[in-house]
Amino acid sequence: MTGYLIRRFLQMIIVLFFVTVFTMLLIHLFPGGPIRALLGPRATPEQVAHYNAVYGFNRPIYVQYGKWIWQLLHGNLGYSQKLNQNVSSLLAQDLPKTVVLVAIGTAVSLIVGIPLGVYQAVKRYTVGDYVLTGISFLGYATPTFFFSLILIEVFSIHLHLLPGSAPQGVTLGAVLSDPKALILPVVAFAFLGYALWSRFMRSSVMDNLVQDYVRTARAKGASEGRVLWGHVFRNSLISIVTLLGLSIPSLVAGAIFIEVVFNYPGMGLAFFNAAENVDYQVLLSFTVIATLATILGNLIADIGYAVLDPRVRYS
Amino acid sequence: MAISPQPLGTPGLDSGHEANGAGSLTAVEAAELGLEPAVKPRSMLRRGWEVFAENRLALVSIVVLVLIFGFCFIGPLVYHTDQIHTNLDDTLCRPGASHLLGCNELGYDQLGRLMVGGRVSLEVGLAAALVACLFGTLYGAFSGFIGGPVDSFLMRIVDAGLSLPFIMVIIILSVIFHPNPAVMILVIASFYWLGVARLIRGETLTLRTREYVQAVKIIGGGGTRSVVRHVVPNAIGTIIVQATFAVADSILILAGLGFLGLGVQPPSTDWGTMLSGGLTYLQGSNYWWLIYPPGIAIIITCIAFNFIGDALRDAFETRLQRR
Repeated sequence: MTGYLIRRFLQMIIVLFFVTVFTMLLIHLFPGGPIRALLGPRATPEQVAHYNAVYGFNRPIYVQYGKWIWQLLHGNLGYSQKLNQNVSSLLAQDLPKTVVLVAIGTAVSLIVGIPLGVYQAVKRYTVGDYVLTGISFLGYATPTFFFSLILIEVFSIHLHLLPGSAPQGVTLGAVLSDPKALILPVVAFAFLGYALWSRFMRSSVMDNLVQDYVRTARAKGASEGRVLWGHVFRNSLISIVTLLGLSIPSLVAGAIFIEVVFNYPGMGLAFFNAAENVDYQVLLSFTVIATLATILGNLIADIGYAVLDPRVRYS
Repeated sequence: MAISPQPLGTPGLDSGHEANGAGSLTAVEAAELGLEPAVKPRSMLRRGWEVFAENRLALVSIVVLVLIFGFCFIGPLVYHTDQIHTNLDDTLCRPGASHLLGCNELGYDQLGRLMVGGRVSLEVGLAAALVACLFGTLYGAFSGFIGGPVDSFLMRIVDAGLSLPFIMVIIILSVIFHPNPAVMILVIASFYWLGVARLIRGETLTLRTREYVQAVKIIGGGGTRSVVRHVVPNAIGTIIVQATFAVADSILILAGLGFLGLGVQPPSTDWGTMLSGGLTYLQGSNYWWLIYPPGIAIIITCIAFNFIGDALRDAFETRLQRR
């Protein structure tokens, strides 16, 4: 187990290296470099050269990279000239709100998706299965923003039941103080994940139902309920853990669209605004943070997998 | 029919082999090794097609896609509209005899725009899927086939790419390169190939231990020949399935970028950009023709591609079980 962890950890460092190099190079792709992007097209070459020197963009790229990583390791994410704010403080302000949205949305989608997936597998090829399959295909094919907008139109414009924009507030407490306004963003987010989990659970349970250990359990005289929940369900759940880790980039994508549609003041909206303003420090730092979340998520999922499934540990 | 016949013949692979592998084998061995897989996939694919044809949803999806392609590509020849010049007299006009689906906020005929926008969405979706699957397949196959430290290195790059939040990088790229359809294709493909590469690499790891691939090595065939001639054709099922899903995903990504205002620039358009234009008028909600036609077009197209992908997966898996 320790060897496995060390190996995974080393892989993680290598992946992080590639990612940071890539992100760094990406920012240098801006036409004329990041300073030109910051100062705009009317800046004189002298001004660009001056600020390039001030911010160290005239140094060799590996020096810039080294300095940037050094700062990152010290928790300094840079300074957003457009917002006149430290990226760290921006992150501290927005990250919790996004985490709350993603966590509640994912929890809801798992709570709904997993049992329904099991139901579909047990009652496969029945009307109920077909209807639920149809819904999950709809979930795959509907753009998140389109679904969110239909929700807004139906529930807030026509029925006047729920607010059409997310809770507005700088602090997390302010956002949570208005739970009614959170319902639509969470539903939109959950629909995205629901399709994935229920489809996956359905096929996973169906795969497990034909395994030898199920036959053994039945032969021992275990009840159908015990076979399903005691054996098949637990084994099917293992792979959901891995999928959860792998799906973090999709969750980030979902968060961006939903935050933009509902004007939810989180990281996704801040990232989108930064993209519109070419606020490269925010773009750079947020990309790295989201990547770090993905890598850590994958690592935790892998460890969880090894804990849950002894076969991984000993192979 | 729009999807499956293209990869069935795999003419690109056959002609590529002549250039690559000629001369490295004796005539008899080349005939044995070269001919057998060329015949075998065809019969396997035929059996796969039989399974596929039993799936009614997939057949309906193919009909739907043919209709959508016809609507987008042949439609403008029948239903003439001006999609270049704005016509402010017709701004937001209701559906009627002169404009069957009304007009948008700039006076473009909405039905005609749906065709033109659909063309961009479909073209970008198909091309991005093609580029991603082609590159991803070759990358994954070579990485898995070479193995060892090279494979580890190449796969760490894929891991790194897969841990990047793709939508963030796609947004950054769209901001940097003012998007036109060709750029959008590359931007979307630059991410989508990663998943394909990993999948095909896994497939290659099992394929390269098979006797017929080992045999190529023993009789002196090169790595390129093994990969292009034996590994890739045997992974073709996985590749086609993946490509089908890739089209749907690419259309969705393009729509998302269009919604964020990072899609193709006017006067050109795509379904996502059309949607985002219509959303400004959501509040009144009397302008349903601005929102629902492009939204529903995206959903139907993506569902159809997903259904076909699912049916293809069943077809290829059953084929494997029967063998």
